[in-house]
Amino acid sequence: MLQDKDRIFTNLYGLHECSLAGARRRGDWDNTADLIKKGAEWIIEEMKASGLRGRGGAGFPTGLKWSFMPKENDGRPHYLVVNADESEPGTCKDRDILRHDPHKLLEGCLVAGFAMGAHAAYIYVRGEFFNEAAALQKAVDEARDAGLLGPNAAGSGWDFEVYVHRGAGAYICGEETALLESLEGKKGQPRLKPPFPAMAGLYGCPTTVNNVESIAVAPTILRRGASWFAGFGRENNTGTKVFCISGHVERPCNVEEAMSIPMRELIDKHAGGVRGGWDNLLAVIPGGSSTPLLPKSICDDVLMDFDALKEAQSGLGTAAVIVMDKSTDVVKAIARLAYFYKHESCGQCTPCREGTGWMWRVLERMVVGDASVEEIDTLLDVAGQVEGHTICALGDAAAWPIQGLIRHFRGEIEDRITKRKAGGRAAAA
Amino acid sequence: MSEEFKFNDENLAKAKEIIARYPEGRQQSAVLPLLDIAQRQNEGHASEAVIEAVAKMLDMPRIRVTEVATFYTMINTKPVGKYHLQCCTTTPCWLRGSGDVVDAMRKHLGIDFGETTPDGLFSMLEVECLGGCVNAPILQVNDDFYEDLDAASVVKLLEAFKAGTPPEPGTQIDRQTSAPAGEITTLQDLEFAKG
Repeated sequence: MLQDKDRIFTNLYGLHECSLAGARRRGDWDNTADLIKKGAEWIIEEMKASGLRGRGGAGFPTGLKWSFMPKENDGRPHYLVVNADESEPGTCKDRDILRHDPHKLLEGCLVAGFAMGAHAAYIYVRGEFFNEAAALQKAVDEARDAGLLGPNAAGSGWDFEVYVHRGAGAYICGEETALLESLEGKKGQPRLKPPFPAMAGLYGCPTTVNNVESIAVAPTILRRGASWFAGFGRENNTGTKVFCISGHVERPCNVEEAMSIPMRELIDKHAGGVRGGWDNLLAVIPGGSSTPLLPKSICDDVLMDFDALKEAQSGLGTAAVIVMDKSTDVVKAIARLAYFYKHESCGQCTPCREGTGWMWRVLERMVVGDASVEEIDTLLDVAGQVEGHTICALGDAAAWPIQGLIRHFRGEIEDRITKRKAGGRAAAA
Repeated sequence: MSEEFKFNDENLAKAKEIIARYPEGRQQSAVLPLLDIAQRQNEGHASEAVIEAVAKMLDMPRIRVTEVATFYTMINTKPVGKYHLQCCTTTPCWLRGSGDVVDAMRKHLGIDFGETTPDGLFSMLEVECLGGCVNAPILQVNDDFYEDLDAASVVKLLEAFKAGTPPEPGTQIDRQTSAPAGEITTLQDLEFAKG
């Protein structure tokens, strides 16, 4: 188990002061100027060497992403945009960083912003996080008053401002280009890529969009060294990670653990185990709603990292572990997610706009067995038509949980259909 | 024809401060924050007049503001109750009993999603994942999350709101925010906390 001395988010639960004074006691803003004086290249190389992969779901290497920003300034300002539009069902880790450890995020904005040549960062916080955005704004004001942000931020010689921007309730704005559209004051509809944000992002300027956790861990990585961070987890899956454990566990919680921890150990150690014991487990959605569920047989020994979960035909996503015990109507659980994607589709691409609603309606019928067995394959076919044929990944995210359900619980769906048919015949006789 | 909407002095100052956060000529970026403060001033309702006022202030065609207002769940283009109850029923909340919570609310208030009580006190809306899943089920009342609810505690909560004595937001059971209930398994051995 990860030791407390190696945890980055030492105020994850808000047990201590969230203020600047409290944050300083925890080691934040400690000679930040020294980190910056080592130069942008050093920062980016150190981030690459740490192996940090983006914590917002896609797992793209963070240091590499920063390196995509133009090295020379062509006159357009550069922007850092922090994605705090945390909305992937099961996920509530950034919420804790915003409300309890906001200074880690702000210090991260400064070092990341400097490394990519940005003098301003916008933090896009989901609208529902009203109190979290207020806590963050308070931290921005404190940091600015203390000279840590603003002109010559933290004595680094680099001018840097951070602005908090609240959304207003739209899951799609967590997609980076939809977020940029929303930040520009439009509907949150994703943009076609290319151009990628590093070339033309916010206001057509070079922009990098990073998840809250990815930015907030950066100062600690730079202080303690890339090799320290890379010492946790397996190769290509390094570091520590905040996991969210929800659903049918004894004690749901967020917890920071080492990457590659076995799923069972994570659930047993921190969440009090599966309700009714491990043998009462039916399935787990391992990384937020868009990652395909895994049946107990896989959960028994799967590791919580990008590669292990990909091998198991799922994904680490946001590391939001949604546990379902044997009392769960698993078809209904996935049908509810299908409704989520239908509700959140921005309507721009036909496969997603039409497909998400169609898939949801079929699944709702399958919940009560009101379907034919052949329709299971039709559903799979439609899911495959949506997947990969839309501007953004929402279409994929809508297809994957359904594909996972059919992969592992086809028998359950067939049983319901057969039972209903038999019931109908019995009633007719 | 709807009434004219005017930002009050306090909100006008706030609006100007918000617009200044964005580069010159990019004032449209302020559309969501401005709709939010205007809606607050207008009893939670982004009426036609509110949209008109925001469009004028940001020098945007009214249709562009309408387009934004209707895209986002939190901009209320229809009036809402004094206490706007946003019920999360997405899978993580559903697994922890959001169905029971919503049923208890329906029964207690006599309204369903999209409706407001005759006294104008409560309106109910089904919303998608609120992002507090380890404290499910969650009910958002105006700006605040009430967490770890069940059928009994949500009725108590509604009664408290009606009596004008709402409890502290956050978890409604004995636990520290997102930490596991009972003994906390981490962050007990921290150097800075010992000093």
